[in-house]
Amino acid sequence: MARAVSVRRRTIATAAAWLIGFLIFFPILWTIITSFKTELEAFSTPPKFLFFEWTTENYGIVQERSNYLRFVSNSLILSIGSTLVALLFAIPAAWAMAFAPAKRTKDLLMWMLSTKMMPPVGALIPVYLIFRDMGLLDSRGGLIAVLFLMNLPIIVWMLYTYFKEIPGEILEAARMDGASLWKELVYVLAPMAVPGIASTLLLNVILAWNEAFWTLNLTTSAAAPLTAFIASYSSPEGLFWAKLSAASTMAIAPILVLGWFAQKQLVRGLTFGAVK
Amino acid sequence: MATQQTRLLGKLAVAPSVIVLFLWMIVPLALTIYFSLLRYNLLDPGNESFVGFFNYEYFLSDPAFFAAIGNSLKLVFAVLAISIVGGTLLALLLDQAIVGRNIVRLMVIAPFFIMPTVSALVWKNMFMHPVSGLFAWLMKSVGLEPIDWFAQYPLTAVIIMVAWQWLPFATLILLTAIQSLDEEQKEAAEMDGTPPISYFYYIVLPHLARPITVVILIETIFLLNVFAEIYVTGSGGPAGNLPYLVYFQGLLNFDVGGASAGGIVAVVLANIVAFFLIRMIGRNLEG
Repeated sequence: MARAVSVRRRTIATAAAWLIGFLIFFPILWTIITSFKTELEAFSTPPKFLFFEWTTENYGIVQERSNYLRFVSNSLILSIGSTLVALLFAIPAAWAMAFAPAKRTKDLLMWMLSTKMMPPVGALIPVYLIFRDMGLLDSRGGLIAVLFLMNLPIIVWMLYTYFKEIPGEILEAARMDGASLWKELVYVLAPMAVPGIASTLLLNVILAWNEAFWTLNLTTSAAAPLTAFIASYSSPEGLFWAKLSAASTMAIAPILVLGWFAQKQLVRGLTFGAVK
Repeated sequence: MATQQTRLLGKLAVAPSVIVLFLWMIVPLALTIYFSLLRYNLLDPGNESFVGFFNYEYFLSDPAFFAAIGNSLKLVFAVLAISIVGGTLLALLLDQAIVGRNIVRLMVIAPFFIMPTVSALVWKNMFMHPVSGLFAWLMKSVGLEPIDWFAQYPLTAVIIMVAWQWLPFATLILLTAIQSLDEEQKEAAEMDGTPPISYFYYIVLPHLARPITVVILIETIFLLNVFAEIYVTGSGGPAGNLPYLVYFQGLLNFDVGGASAGGIVAVVLANIVAFFLIRMIGRNLEG
Protein backbone atom coordinates (compact mmCIF):
# COMPACT_ATOMS: atom_id res chain seq x y z
CA MET A 1 0.00 0.00 0.00
CA ALA A 2 1.27 3.43 -0.88
CA ARG A 3 1.79 5.77 1.99
CA ALA A 4 -0.86 8.42 2.36
CA VAL A 5 0.76 11.82 2.19
CA SER A 6 -0.93 15.15 2.57
CA VAL A 7 -1.26 17.19 -0.59
CA ARG A 8 0.45 20.14 1.00
CA ARG A 9 3.51 18.19 2.00
CA ARG A 10 3.70 16.60 -1.39
CA THR A 11 3.52 19.95 -3.14
CA ILE A 12 6.26 21.51 -1.03
CA ALA A 13 8.56 18.51 -1.41
CA THR A 14 7.98 18.40 -5.15
CA ALA A 15 8.68 22.11 -5.59
CA ALA A 16 11.83 21.96 -3.45
CA ALA A 17 13.14 18.87 -5.21
CA TRP A 18 12.56 20.29 -8.68
CA LEU A 19 14.21 23.58 -7.74
CA ILE A 20 17.31 21.92 -6.30
CA GLY A 21 17.46 19.40 -9.12
CA PHE A 22 17.28 22.20 -11.64
CA LEU A 23 20.05 24.19 -9.92
CA ILE A 24 22.34 21.17 -9.82
CA PHE A 25 21.64 20.39 -13.45
CA PHE A 26 21.86 24.00 -14.57
CA PRO A 27 25.62 24.13 -15.42
CA ILE A 28 25.08 21.27 -17.86
CA LEU A 29 21.98 22.87 -19.33
CA TRP A 30 23.82 26.17 -19.62
CA THR A 31 26.67 24.49 -21.49
CA ILE A 32 24.23 22.94 -23.93
CA ILE A 33 22.39 26.23 -24.47
CA THR A 34 25.63 28.17 -24.93
CA SER A 35 26.78 25.73 -27.57
CA PHE A 36 23.97 27.02 -29.81
CA LYS A 37 24.93 30.70 -29.49
CA THR A 38 27.30 32.82 -31.48
CA GLU A 39 30.51 33.76 -29.66
CA LEU A 40 29.23 37.30 -29.23
CA GLU A 41 26.00 36.17 -27.62
CA ALA A 42 27.84 33.70 -25.41
CA PHE A 43 29.67 36.63 -23.80
CA SER A 44 26.76 39.04 -23.66
CA THR A 45 25.75 40.76 -20.43
CA PRO A 46 23.04 40.37 -19.31
CA PRO A 47 23.21 36.73 -20.38
CA LYS A 48 20.71 35.47 -22.92
CA PHE A 49 18.85 32.45 -21.66
CA LEU A 50 16.53 31.33 -24.40
CA PHE A 51 15.85 34.22 -26.71
CA PHE A 52 18.68 34.41 -29.18
CA GLU A 53 19.34 33.18 -32.68
CA TRP A 54 19.95 29.48 -32.25
CA THR A 55 22.78 28.29 -34.45
CA THR A 56 24.61 25.02 -34.93
CA GLU A 57 27.67 26.59 -36.54
CA ASN A 58 29.88 25.88 -33.51
CA TYR A 59 29.56 22.16 -33.96
CA GLY A 60 30.76 22.41 -37.53
CA ILE A 61 33.66 24.68 -36.58
CA VAL A 62 34.85 22.45 -33.74
CA GLN A 63 35.05 19.48 -36.07
CA GLU A 64 36.71 21.48 -38.88
CA ARG A 65 39.41 23.08 -36.76
CA SER A 66 40.52 20.26 -34.59
CA ASN A 67 39.82 16.97 -36.23
CA TYR A 68 37.38 16.32 -33.43
CA LEU A 69 36.59 12.84 -34.67
CA ARG A 70 40.10 11.67 -33.92
CA PHE A 71 39.66 12.56 -30.24
CA VAL A 72 36.29 10.84 -30.16
CA SER A 73 37.70 7.70 -31.69
CA ASN A 74 40.59 7.76 -29.21
CA SER A 75 38.14 8.09 -26.33
CA LEU A 76 36.09 5.20 -27.69
CA ILE A 77 39.10 2.99 -28.29
CA LEU A 78 40.65 3.71 -24.90
CA SER A 79 37.51 3.29 -22.83
CA ILE A 80 36.05 0.28 -24.62
CA GLY A 81 39.44 -1.31 -25.29
CA SER A 82 40.63 -1.09 -21.70
CA THR A 83 37.31 -2.41 -20.40
CA LEU A 84 37.30 -5.38 -22.77
CA VAL A 85 40.86 -6.35 -21.89
CA ALA A 86 39.95 -6.07 -18.21
CA LEU A 87 36.88 -8.27 -18.69
CA LEU A 88 39.05 -10.88 -20.39
CA PHE A 89 41.16 -11.07 -17.23
CA ALA A 90 38.39 -10.52 -14.71
CA ILE A 91 35.65 -12.89 -15.87
CA PRO A 92 37.63 -16.08 -15.22
CA ALA A 93 38.99 -14.68 -11.95
CA ALA A 94 35.60 -13.60 -10.64
CA TRP A 95 34.02 -16.83 -11.82
CA ALA A 96 36.56 -18.89 -9.92
CA MET A 97 36.30 -16.79 -6.79
CA ALA A 98 32.52 -16.95 -6.76
CA PHE A 99 32.04 -20.64 -7.59
CA ALA A 100 35.19 -22.35 -6.41
CA PRO A 101 36.28 -20.21 -3.48
CA ALA A 102 39.56 -21.24 -1.92
CA LYS A 103 40.69 -20.50 1.60
CA ARG A 104 42.37 -17.29 0.54
CA THR A 105 39.72 -15.96 -1.80
CA LYS A 106 38.56 -13.33 0.62
CA ASP A 107 42.07 -12.12 1.33
CA LEU A 108 42.72 -12.01 -2.38
CA LEU A 109 39.66 -9.85 -2.97
CA MET A 110 40.68 -7.47 -0.22
CA TRP A 111 44.17 -7.26 -1.59
CA MET A 112 42.85 -6.43 -5.08
CA LEU A 113 40.79 -3.71 -3.56
CA SER A 114 43.83 -2.32 -1.79
CA THR A 115 45.66 -1.90 -5.10
CA LYS A 116 42.88 0.46 -6.12
CA MET A 117 43.76 2.65 -3.15
CA MET A 118 47.21 3.38 -4.51
CA PRO A 119 47.20 7.02 -5.53
CA PRO A 120 48.22 7.38 -9.18
CA VAL A 121 50.80 10.04 -8.30
CA GLY A 122 52.72 7.33 -6.47
CA ALA A 123 53.21 5.62 -9.82
CA LEU A 124 53.26 8.61 -12.17
CA ILE A 125 57.01 9.21 -12.34
CA PRO A 126 58.18 5.63 -12.96
CA VAL A 127 55.32 4.91 -15.36
CA TYR A 128 56.13 8.07 -17.26
CA LEU A 129 59.82 7.17 -17.49
CA ILE A 130 59.13 3.55 -18.46
CA PHE A 131 56.71 4.71 -21.13
CA ARG A 132 59.24 7.23 -22.40
CA ASP A 133 61.95 4.59 -22.68
CA MET A 134 59.63 2.10 -24.37
CA GLY A 135 58.18 4.66 -26.74
CA LEU A 136 54.73 4.26 -25.24
CA LEU A 137 54.10 7.92 -24.43
CA ASP A 138 51.17 9.21 -26.43
CA SER A 139 50.28 5.72 -27.66
CA ARG A 140 46.87 4.14 -27.38
CA GLY A 141 48.32 0.78 -26.43
CA GLY A 142 50.14 2.21 -23.44
CA LEU A 143 47.09 4.06 -22.18
CA ILE A 144 44.84 1.05 -22.65
CA ALA A 145 47.25 -0.90 -20.47
CA VAL A 146 47.19 1.74 -17.72
CA LEU A 147 43.41 2.18 -17.77
CA PHE A 148 42.96 -1.58 -17.80
CA LEU A 149 45.11 -2.00 -14.70
CA MET A 150 43.49 0.93 -12.98
CA ASN A 151 39.98 -0.45 -13.33
CA LEU A 152 40.71 -4.16 -13.07
CA PRO A 153 40.08 -4.33 -9.29
CA ILE A 154 36.66 -2.66 -9.63
CA ILE A 155 35.77 -4.96 -12.50
CA VAL A 156 36.75 -8.12 -10.63
CA TRP A 157 34.80 -6.95 -7.61
CA MET A 158 31.67 -6.03 -9.49
CA LEU A 159 31.64 -9.29 -11.40
CA TYR A 160 32.26 -11.18 -8.18
CA THR A 161 29.23 -9.62 -6.47
CA TYR A 162 27.08 -10.41 -9.52
CA PHE A 163 28.32 -13.97 -9.92
CA LYS A 164 27.84 -14.55 -6.20
CA GLU A 165 24.13 -14.04 -6.71
CA ILE A 166 23.87 -16.88 -9.21
CA PRO A 167 22.63 -19.87 -7.20
CA GLY A 168 25.29 -22.56 -7.02
CA GLU A 169 22.63 -25.29 -6.94
CA ILE A 170 21.87 -24.70 -10.58
CA LEU A 171 25.45 -25.49 -11.47
CA GLU A 172 25.36 -28.58 -9.32
CA ALA A 173 22.16 -29.72 -10.97
CA ALA A 174 23.76 -29.28 -14.37
CA ARG A 175 26.77 -31.24 -13.22
CA MET A 176 24.56 -34.05 -11.92
CA ASP A 177 22.88 -34.22 -15.28
CA GLY A 178 26.28 -34.89 -16.72
CA ALA A 179 27.04 -31.52 -18.23
CA SER A 180 30.72 -31.01 -18.88
CA LEU A 181 32.47 -27.99 -17.47
CA TRP A 182 32.38 -26.38 -20.87
CA LYS A 183 28.64 -26.97 -21.30
CA GLU A 184 28.04 -25.76 -17.79
CA LEU A 185 29.80 -22.53 -18.68
CA VAL A 186 28.13 -21.91 -22.00
CA TYR A 187 24.57 -23.04 -21.35
CA VAL A 188 24.06 -22.42 -17.65
CA LEU A 189 26.44 -19.82 -16.39
CA ALA A 190 26.76 -17.51 -19.37
CA PRO A 191 23.08 -16.62 -19.78
CA MET A 192 22.82 -15.79 -16.08
CA ALA A 193 26.06 -13.87 -16.05
CA VAL A 194 25.44 -11.66 -19.06
CA PRO A 195 23.43 -8.93 -17.29
CA GLY A 196 26.12 -8.53 -14.63
CA ILE A 197 28.86 -8.43 -17.23
CA ALA A 198 26.95 -5.83 -19.23
CA SER A 199 26.50 -3.62 -16.17
CA THR A 200 30.18 -3.91 -15.33
CA LEU A 201 31.10 -3.02 -18.88
CA LEU A 202 28.85 0.02 -18.81
CA LEU A 203 30.19 1.47 -15.58
CA ASN A 204 33.79 0.95 -16.56
CA VAL A 205 33.43 2.50 -19.96
CA ILE A 206 32.11 5.56 -18.13
CA LEU A 207 34.99 5.60 -15.65
CA ALA A 208 37.59 5.18 -18.37
CA TRP A 209 35.95 7.78 -20.63
CA ASN A 210 36.22 10.42 -17.91
CA GLU A 211 39.64 9.40 -16.60
CA ALA A 212 41.71 12.56 -16.53
CA PHE A 213 44.93 11.89 -14.67
CA TRP A 214 46.72 9.39 -16.86
CA THR A 215 45.16 10.59 -20.09
CA LEU A 216 46.39 14.14 -19.44
CA ASN A 217 49.85 13.12 -18.31
CA LEU A 218 50.64 10.40 -20.82
CA THR A 219 49.28 11.85 -24.07
CA THR A 220 50.07 14.87 -26.19
CA SER A 221 48.22 14.48 -29.47
CA ALA A 222 48.22 11.17 -31.33
CA ALA A 223 46.50 9.16 -28.59
CA ALA A 224 44.80 12.08 -26.85
CA PRO A 225 41.16 11.42 -25.95
CA LEU A 226 38.42 13.99 -25.34
CA THR A 227 39.62 14.82 -21.83
CA ALA A 228 42.86 16.16 -23.29
CA PHE A 229 41.07 17.81 -26.21
CA ILE A 230 38.84 19.79 -23.85
CA ALA A 231 41.85 20.65 -21.68
CA SER A 232 43.42 22.29 -24.73
CA TYR A 233 40.66 24.90 -24.54
CA SER A 234 42.16 26.20 -21.30
CA SER A 235 44.78 28.28 -23.07
CA PRO A 236 43.77 31.96 -22.97
CA GLU A 237 43.68 32.43 -26.75
CA GLY A 238 41.44 29.42 -27.11
CA LEU A 239 38.69 30.81 -24.95
CA PHE A 240 35.72 30.75 -27.22
CA TRP A 241 32.82 29.91 -25.00
CA ALA A 242 30.38 28.81 -27.64
CA LYS A 243 32.92 26.48 -29.20
CA LEU A 244 34.06 25.24 -25.81
CA SER A 245 30.42 24.50 -25.05
CA ALA A 246 29.84 22.71 -28.32
CA ALA A 247 32.94 20.57 -27.84
CA SER A 248 31.94 19.90 -24.22
CA THR A 249 28.39 18.97 -25.12
CA MET A 250 29.62 16.42 -27.62
CA ALA A 251 32.11 15.04 -25.10
CA ILE A 252 29.60 14.60 -22.28
CA ALA A 253 26.35 13.73 -24.07
CA PRO A 254 27.00 10.06 -24.84
CA ILE A 255 28.36 9.32 -21.38
CA LEU A 256 25.54 11.23 -19.68
CA VAL A 257 23.01 8.99 -21.41
CA LEU A 258 24.95 5.85 -20.52
CA GLY A 259 25.36 7.11 -16.98
CA TRP A 260 21.66 7.59 -16.51
CA PHE A 261 21.17 3.95 -17.43
CA ALA A 262 23.99 2.86 -15.15
CA GLN A 263 22.86 4.53 -11.91
CA LYS A 264 22.27 1.29 -10.02
CA GLN A 265 25.50 -0.28 -11.20
CA LEU A 266 27.32 2.83 -10.15
CA VAL A 267 26.22 2.38 -6.56
CA ARG A 268 27.20 -1.24 -6.49
CA GLY A 269 30.46 -0.80 -8.38
CA LEU A 270 31.86 2.19 -6.57
CA THR A 271 30.95 0.99 -3.10
CA PHE A 272 32.35 -2.47 -3.86
CA GLY A 273 29.05 -4.06 -2.99
CA ALA A 274 28.88 -2.40 0.42
CA VAL A 275 25.69 -0.55 -0.57
CA LYS A 276 23.21 -2.17 -2.94
CA MET B 1 31.98 -29.51 -3.70
CA ALA B 2 35.13 -28.29 -5.34
CA THR B 3 37.10 -31.15 -6.84
CA GLN B 4 40.82 -31.28 -7.36
CA GLN B 5 40.27 -30.38 -10.98
CA THR B 6 38.13 -27.32 -10.39
CA ARG B 7 40.48 -26.11 -7.68
CA LEU B 8 43.37 -26.17 -10.11
CA LEU B 9 41.25 -24.50 -12.76
CA GLY B 10 40.24 -21.88 -10.24
CA LYS B 11 43.84 -21.03 -9.52
CA LEU B 12 44.60 -20.80 -13.21
CA ALA B 13 41.63 -18.50 -13.69
CA VAL B 14 42.63 -16.14 -10.91
CA ALA B 15 46.35 -16.10 -11.62
CA PRO B 16 46.49 -13.68 -14.60
CA SER B 17 44.60 -10.95 -12.75
CA VAL B 18 46.67 -11.40 -9.62
CA ILE B 19 49.95 -11.34 -11.51
CA VAL B 20 49.25 -8.19 -13.51
CA LEU B 21 47.85 -6.36 -10.50
CA PHE B 22 50.81 -7.39 -8.39
CA LEU B 23 53.23 -6.09 -10.99
CA TRP B 24 51.20 -2.90 -11.43
CA MET B 25 51.33 -2.28 -7.72
CA ILE B 26 54.85 -3.33 -6.88
CA VAL B 27 56.99 -2.20 -9.82
CA PRO B 28 56.04 1.50 -9.87
CA LEU B 29 56.01 1.66 -6.08
CA ALA B 30 59.46 0.10 -5.78
CA LEU B 31 60.81 2.42 -8.46
CA THR B 32 59.23 5.46 -6.81
CA ILE B 33 60.83 4.54 -3.50
CA TYR B 34 64.14 3.98 -5.25
CA PHE B 35 63.98 7.28 -7.17
CA SER B 36 63.02 9.13 -4.01
CA LEU B 37 66.42 8.23 -2.58
CA LEU B 38 68.32 9.54 -5.59
CA ARG B 39 69.43 12.89 -6.84
CA TYR B 40 67.89 12.44 -10.26
CA ASN B 41 67.11 15.26 -12.64
CA LEU B 42 65.94 14.63 -16.21
CA LEU B 43 67.90 17.66 -17.41
CA ASP B 44 71.08 16.14 -16.04
CA PRO B 45 70.87 12.51 -17.16
CA GLY B 46 73.51 10.00 -16.22
CA ASN B 47 74.42 11.83 -13.05
CA GLU B 48 72.11 10.06 -10.65
CA SER B 49 73.56 9.61 -7.20
CA PHE B 50 72.31 8.13 -3.98
CA VAL B 51 71.39 10.85 -1.50
CA GLY B 52 69.49 8.97 1.19
CA PHE B 53 66.63 10.96 2.60
CA PHE B 54 67.76 14.27 1.15
CA ASN B 55 64.68 14.57 -1.08
CA TYR B 56 62.39 14.07 1.87
CA GLU B 57 64.30 16.65 3.88
CA TYR B 58 64.11 19.00 0.93
CA PHE B 59 60.37 18.44 0.64
CA LEU B 60 59.78 18.77 4.35
CA SER B 61 61.61 22.09 4.43
CA ASP B 62 59.79 23.41 1.35
CA PRO B 63 56.82 25.67 2.15
CA ALA B 64 55.20 24.58 -1.13
CA PHE B 65 54.99 21.05 0.23
CA PHE B 66 53.06 22.06 3.33
CA ALA B 67 50.87 24.32 1.25
CA ALA B 68 50.12 21.35 -1.02
CA ILE B 69 49.33 19.03 1.91
CA GLY B 70 47.18 21.76 3.41
CA ASN B 71 45.32 22.24 0.12
CA SER B 72 44.87 18.48 -0.25
CA LEU B 73 43.33 18.22 3.21
CA LYS B 74 41.18 21.35 2.90
CA LEU B 75 39.84 20.11 -0.42
CA VAL B 76 39.02 16.69 0.98
CA PHE B 77 37.34 17.99 4.15
CA ALA B 78 35.36 20.75 2.49
CA VAL B 79 34.02 18.54 -0.28
CA LEU B 80 33.24 15.78 2.21
CA ALA B 81 31.32 18.17 4.45
CA ILE B 82 29.31 19.56 1.55
CA SER B 83 28.56 16.22 -0.02
CA ILE B 84 27.68 14.37 3.18
CA VAL B 85 25.46 17.03 4.71
CA GLY B 86 23.97 18.08 1.37
CA GLY B 87 23.70 14.51 0.17
CA THR B 88 21.84 13.36 3.28
CA LEU B 89 19.36 16.21 3.09
CA LEU B 90 18.87 15.77 -0.62
CA ALA B 91 18.43 12.02 -0.28
CA LEU B 92 15.78 12.57 2.39
CA LEU B 93 14.01 15.05 0.13
CA LEU B 94 14.13 12.72 -2.87
CA ASP B 95 12.73 9.90 -0.76
CA GLN B 96 9.50 11.90 -0.30
CA ALA B 97 6.48 11.36 -2.50
CA ILE B 98 7.55 13.65 -5.31
CA VAL B 99 5.90 14.18 -8.66
CA GLY B 100 8.41 13.24 -11.36
CA ARG B 101 10.96 11.85 -8.92
CA ASN B 102 12.81 9.92 -11.58
CA ILE B 103 13.43 13.02 -13.64
CA VAL B 104 14.67 14.96 -10.61
CA ARG B 105 16.96 12.07 -9.80
CA LEU B 106 18.40 12.14 -13.29
CA MET B 107 19.09 15.86 -13.00
CA VAL B 108 20.73 15.49 -9.60
CA ILE B 109 23.00 12.61 -10.57
CA ALA B 110 24.09 14.11 -13.92
CA PRO B 111 27.17 16.10 -12.75
CA PHE B 112 28.86 12.92 -11.62
CA PHE B 113 29.13 11.78 -15.24
CA ILE B 114 30.72 14.96 -16.49
CA MET B 115 34.32 14.76 -17.60
CA PRO B 116 36.47 16.66 -15.06
CA THR B 117 38.13 18.78 -17.73
CA VAL B 118 34.72 19.89 -19.01
CA SER B 119 33.41 20.81 -15.59
CA ALA B 120 36.64 22.69 -14.80
CA LEU B 121 36.47 24.88 -17.91
CA VAL B 122 32.72 25.42 -17.82
CA TRP B 123 32.83 26.56 -14.19
CA LYS B 124 35.96 28.63 -14.58
CA ASN B 125 34.74 30.50 -17.63
CA MET B 126 31.00 30.55 -17.90
CA PHE B 127 30.26 30.83 -14.18
CA MET B 128 33.29 32.22 -12.37
CA HIS B 129 34.68 34.60 -14.97
CA PRO B 130 35.08 37.95 -13.14
CA VAL B 131 33.47 40.02 -15.95
CA SER B 132 31.28 37.88 -18.16
CA GLY B 133 30.54 34.93 -15.87
CA LEU B 134 27.02 34.20 -14.65
CA PHE B 135 28.05 34.70 -11.02
CA ALA B 136 29.49 38.13 -11.81
CA TRP B 137 26.24 39.07 -13.53
CA LEU B 138 24.16 37.80 -10.61
CA MET B 139 26.22 39.72 -8.07
CA LYS B 140 26.15 42.90 -10.11
CA SER B 141 22.41 42.67 -10.54
CA VAL B 142 21.94 42.66 -6.77
CA GLY B 143 24.43 45.51 -6.40
CA LEU B 144 27.46 43.56 -5.17
CA GLU B 145 31.03 43.68 -6.38
CA PRO B 146 31.74 40.59 -8.55
CA ILE B 147 34.29 38.13 -7.21
CA ASP B 148 37.33 37.19 -9.27
CA TRP B 149 37.14 33.59 -8.10
CA PHE B 150 40.42 32.21 -9.36
CA ALA B 151 42.41 35.29 -8.34
CA GLN B 152 40.87 35.82 -4.91
CA TYR B 153 39.65 32.40 -3.78
CA PRO B 154 41.24 29.78 -6.03
CA LEU B 155 40.89 26.91 -3.59
CA THR B 156 37.26 27.74 -2.86
CA ALA B 157 36.60 27.82 -6.59
CA VAL B 158 38.14 24.37 -6.98
CA ILE B 159 36.14 23.11 -3.99
CA ILE B 160 32.88 24.32 -5.55
CA MET B 161 33.59 22.54 -8.82
CA VAL B 162 34.66 19.31 -7.18
CA ALA B 163 31.76 19.35 -4.70
CA TRP B 164 29.37 19.82 -7.62
CA GLN B 165 30.61 16.48 -8.97
CA TRP B 166 30.66 14.55 -5.70
CA LEU B 167 27.47 15.77 -4.06
CA PRO B 168 25.48 13.75 -6.62
CA PHE B 169 27.50 10.66 -5.82
CA ALA B 170 26.79 10.96 -2.09
CA THR B 171 23.13 11.66 -2.81
CA LEU B 172 22.77 8.62 -5.02
CA ILE B 173 24.41 6.25 -2.52
CA LEU B 174 22.46 7.61 0.45
CA LEU B 175 19.20 7.62 -1.48
CA THR B 176 19.75 3.99 -2.42
CA ALA B 177 20.38 3.25 1.26
CA ILE B 178 17.30 5.15 2.47
CA GLN B 179 15.13 3.39 -0.06
CA SER B 180 16.27 0.06 1.29
CA LEU B 181 14.89 1.10 4.68
CA ASP B 182 12.02 -1.12 5.62
CA GLU B 183 8.83 0.34 4.17
CA GLU B 184 6.79 -0.97 7.10
CA GLN B 185 9.06 0.76 9.56
CA LYS B 186 8.49 4.05 7.74
CA GLU B 187 4.77 3.51 7.76
CA ALA B 188 4.70 2.61 11.42
CA ALA B 189 6.62 5.76 12.28
CA GLU B 190 4.19 7.84 10.26
CA MET B 191 1.12 6.21 11.82
CA ASP B 192 2.52 6.86 15.27
CA GLY B 193 2.91 10.49 14.27
CA THR B 194 6.67 10.48 14.87
CA PRO B 195 7.96 14.03 14.49
CA PRO B 196 10.34 14.38 11.50
CA ILE B 197 13.35 15.15 13.71
CA SER B 198 13.00 12.04 15.85
CA TYR B 199 12.22 10.01 12.75
CA PHE B 200 15.52 11.21 11.32
CA TYR B 201 17.55 10.64 14.48
CA TYR B 202 16.16 7.30 15.59
CA ILE B 203 15.29 5.60 12.33
CA VAL B 204 17.08 7.13 9.35
CA LEU B 205 20.45 8.11 10.81
CA PRO B 206 21.27 4.73 12.40
CA HIS B 207 20.36 3.09 9.10
CA LEU B 208 22.59 5.54 7.22
CA ALA B 209 25.62 5.24 9.48
CA ARG B 210 27.26 2.57 7.37
CA PRO B 211 26.57 4.02 3.93
CA ILE B 212 27.78 7.42 5.16
CA THR B 213 31.03 5.85 6.32
CA VAL B 214 31.40 4.15 2.96
CA VAL B 215 30.81 7.43 1.12
CA ILE B 216 33.34 9.24 3.31
CA LEU B 217 36.03 6.66 2.73
CA ILE B 218 35.47 6.28 -1.01
CA GLU B 219 35.24 10.00 -1.64
CA THR B 220 38.42 10.52 0.36
CA ILE B 221 40.29 8.11 -1.88
CA PHE B 222 39.12 9.94 -5.00
CA LEU B 223 39.41 13.44 -3.56
CA LEU B 224 43.02 12.91 -2.50
CA ASN B 225 43.69 12.31 -6.21
CA VAL B 226 41.95 15.36 -7.68
CA PHE B 227 44.16 16.60 -10.47
CA ALA B 228 42.42 17.66 -13.69
CA GLU B 229 40.35 20.43 -12.10
CA ILE B 230 43.49 22.11 -10.76
CA TYR B 231 45.63 21.46 -13.80
CA VAL B 232 43.11 22.69 -16.35
CA THR B 233 42.07 25.83 -14.48
CA GLY B 234 45.72 26.78 -14.02
CA SER B 235 45.22 27.21 -10.31
CA GLY B 236 48.09 24.91 -9.36
CA GLY B 237 50.15 27.75 -7.93
CA PRO B 238 47.85 28.89 -5.14
CA ALA B 239 45.54 25.88 -4.92
CA GLY B 240 47.81 23.00 -5.94
CA ASN B 241 47.40 19.80 -3.96
CA LEU B 242 49.80 16.93 -3.52
CA PRO B 243 49.14 15.25 -6.90
CA TYR B 244 49.63 18.57 -8.64
CA LEU B 245 52.88 19.22 -6.77
CA VAL B 246 54.24 15.82 -7.77
CA TYR B 247 53.29 16.46 -11.39
CA PHE B 248 54.85 19.92 -11.23
CA GLN B 249 58.07 18.79 -9.58
CA GLY B 250 58.49 15.74 -11.79
CA LEU B 251 57.16 16.56 -15.25
CA LEU B 252 57.69 20.33 -15.28
CA ASN B 253 60.80 20.73 -13.10
CA PHE B 254 62.21 17.35 -14.15
CA ASP B 255 63.16 16.64 -10.55
CA VAL B 256 62.46 12.91 -10.48
CA GLY B 257 63.92 12.41 -7.00
CA GLY B 258 61.91 15.15 -5.36
CA ALA B 259 58.69 14.24 -7.14
CA SER B 260 59.08 10.63 -6.11
CA ALA B 261 59.48 11.62 -2.47
CA GLY B 262 56.21 13.58 -2.81
CA GLY B 263 54.58 10.56 -4.41
CA ILE B 264 55.57 8.38 -1.47
CA VAL B 265 54.06 10.88 0.95
CA ALA B 266 50.83 10.69 -1.06
CA VAL B 267 50.92 6.90 -0.91
CA VAL B 268 51.33 6.94 2.87
CA LEU B 269 48.47 9.41 3.23
CA ALA B 270 46.16 7.31 1.05
CA ASN B 271 47.10 4.16 2.87
CA ILE B 272 45.95 5.53 6.19
CA VAL B 273 42.49 5.98 4.70
CA ALA B 274 42.63 2.71 2.81
CA PHE B 275 43.35 0.82 6.00
CA PHE B 276 39.99 1.79 7.47
CA LEU B 277 38.07 1.42 4.23
CA ILE B 278 39.31 -2.08 3.57
CA ARG B 279 38.49 -3.24 7.06
CA MET B 280 35.02 -1.88 6.70
CA ILE B 281 34.32 -3.53 3.36
CA GLY B 282 35.89 -6.76 4.59
CA ARG B 283 33.47 -6.86 7.50
CA ASN B 284 30.68 -6.49 4.98
CA LEU B 285 31.87 -9.52 3.05
CA GLU B 286 31.22 -11.73 6.03
CA GLY B 287 27.82 -10.30 6.79
